[in-house]
Amino acid sequence: MIKLNLNLMIHQYFCLMIRYLKKQNFWFVFTPYFWLVLFFFIPLALIFKISISVSEWGMPPYRDLFSLSEEGFKFDSTLSNYLFIFSDPFYIRSYLNSLSLAFTSTILCLVIGYPIAFYVAKSQANIRIILLVLLIIPFWTSFLLRVYAWKVLLQGSGIINSILIHLGFLTEPISMLHNHYAVILGVVYTYLPFMILPLYGYLVKFDLNLIDAANDLGAKPVNTFLKVILPLSLPGIIAGSMLVFIPVVGEFVIPEMLGGSDKLYFGKIIWDEFFVNRDWPVASALAMSGIVILVFPIVIFQLMYAKYNFKNE
Amino acid sequence: MQNTILRMNKIFFKIFTLTIGFSFLYFPILTLIAYSFNDNKRVMVWKGFSFRWYKELFQNEQILEAFYTSIKIASLSATFATIMGVMIGFSLTRISKIPARPFFIFLSSSPLVMPEIILGLSLLLFFISSNHIIGFPSSKGQLTVLISHITFSVAFVAVIIQSRLSSYDKNIEEAAQDLGTIPNMIFWKITAPVILPSIISGWLLAFTLSLDDLVVASFTTGPGANTLPIVVFSKVRLGLSPEVNALSAIIMLIVVLAAISVYFINRSNIK
Repeated sequence: MIKLNLNLMIHQYFCLMIRYLKKQNFWFVFTPYFWLVLFFFIPLALIFKISISVSEWGMPPYRDLFSLSEEGFKFDSTLSNYLFIFSDPFYIRSYLNSLSLAFTSTILCLVIGYPIAFYVAKSQANIRIILLVLLIIPFWTSFLLRVYAWKVLLQGSGIINSILIHLGFLTEPISMLHNHYAVILGVVYTYLPFMILPLYGYLVKFDLNLIDAANDLGAKPVNTFLKVILPLSLPGIIAGSMLVFIPVVGEFVIPEMLGGSDKLYFGKIIWDEFFVNRDWPVASALAMSGIVILVFPIVIFQLMYAKYNFKNE
Repeated sequence: MQNTILRMNKIFFKIFTLTIGFSFLYFPILTLIAYSFNDNKRVMVWKGFSFRWYKELFQNEQILEAFYTSIKIASLSATFATIMGVMIGFSLTRISKIPARPFFIFLSSSPLVMPEIILGLSLLLFFISSNHIIGFPSSKGQLTVLISHITFSVAFVAVIIQSRLSSYDKNIEEAAQDLGTIPNMIFWKITAPVILPSIISGWLLAFTLSLDDLVVASFTTGPGANTLPIVVFSKVRLGLSPEVNALSAIIMLIVVLAAISVYFINRSNIK
C-alpha cells in the first residue's frame, strides 16, 4: 500500500516536472547555466579540493580527500599548502607585484587614454569614424604579436636604441628588455584600446554644449573638466579600468616575454608551480588565494558601484 | 585676438595629443611590418628588401596547421558561445519569473572576472579528473580546448546580447502580439533583426577571444591541438623570429581589410 502510494507520488512529481519544463522552455533557459556550472564552477570546486589535499608522489600527485581502506573511512585534508604560501614572502611578494602592476598600468592607461578618447569623441563626425576604425584595428590585432613587437623594438640592437644612439643620448646600446618597466610598457600598450573604447563610448554621448555653458557661466577650464566632464564620464572610467585591471592581475604572457627576474608576478608563479614543479596542491592553493586576494575586491567593488548607481538613478 | 590664439592653442593641443597617441599605438606594429621584408636572419639588422620570410612562412607546415586548427576552434567556439550567450541574454531579460535572478546573473558573469591562468588551471585539473572517473574526455586535444574557449566566451557574448535586449522597446513585440502575430513570427520578424547586429558582434568577439587565447589553450591542449598562439609563443618566447614578423604583417593586413569593409558597410547603411 505504502509502496503504491510512493509510486503514485513519484509519478505525480514527474508529471509536474514535465509540465513545468514544457512551460518554461526548460532547456532553452538552463542549458548555458548547466554548461557554466559543469565547466566553470565544478572545476573551481575541484581546485579548492586539491588545494586542501596532501601532496604525494604519483599520478595524480595528491592524496584523495576521502579514502576507504582496510583501516576504514579516512578523511585526509590539510591547510599546509596555504600555510606554505603565506609563510613564504616570495609568494606574497608576487601577489603584491601583480596588484601594483595592475594598479600602475590602469592609472597610466587612464592618463594616456583619456585625452585620446576625449579628442576622438570631440572630432567632426567624418574624421571621428576614421579615428575610431584606427582605434579598433590594434584592438583586433593579435595580442601576442603586439607584445612581440615591443620585444623587437626594445632589443639591444633594436630601433629605439639605434635612434637614441643616433641622437647622441646613448653611446652604446643598453638592454631595455627583461625588467619590470618593459612589462609596464607592454601592458599599457596592449591594454590601452580596452581603456579608450569604453571611455569613447561615454564621451561621444556627452553634450558639448555643457562645456560652453560652463564657460559662459565663467568656470575655469580646470573646473569645467573636474566638475562637468569628469563626473559625466565616470561610468566610462570605471568600465575601462575594470577591463584593464582584471586581466592584468593574472597576466602571464607579457611578464614572460618582456619581464626579467627583478619582479615575479602571480600568473608566472602559478604556471611554474604547475608545469615546472608539478606541485598541484600548491598551484591550486595559489589559485584559490589569488581568487580571494585579487578577484574578490573587484567583485565587491562592482557590487558597491552597482548599488551606488542604482541609488542615484 | 586673444581668443584666436587660445583656439589655435586648443587645436594644436588636440592634434598633438592625437598624433602622439596614434603613433604610440601604431609605431610598434608598423616597425614589425617593415622588418618582415628584411632579408636577414637577424631580425634587426637590415640587409635588403625581400619576400623571403613570407615564402618560408607559407612553407612552414607547423604554422599552417596551427592556423587551420585555430580557425576551426575559434569558429566552432564562437558559434556555440553565441547560441548560449543568446539563451542567457533572453533568460535574464525576458523571463521575469526566473527564480533567483541574481544567482543566474552571478553564474553568467563570473567568468568575466576570473584570471585566465586560474581558469586554465581549473579546467585542466577538471579534465584530468573527469578522465579518471568517467573516461571522458579520453585525451586532451582540440575538444578540450574548444570546451574551454566556449566556457569563457559565453559570458562576453551574454553581456553584449543582454545590453541590447534590455535597451530596446518591448512594446513593439507586444504591439505585434496584439495585432495577432504568432510568437514564432514575432521572434523572426522583430526580435531577431533587432538583435542581429549584437549577435554578429558577439560572434566576432568570441571568435577573436578564442583566436587570441594563449594561456587557457596552453593548459588544456594536448597532442595534435597546437593553436596558432601556442606555436607563435614557442617561437618568440626566447628570441625573435623573422617568420613571425611576416605572420604579423599578414594578420595586420587581414584586420585592416576587415576594418575597411566594416567602415564602408556602415557608411552605406547610414546613407
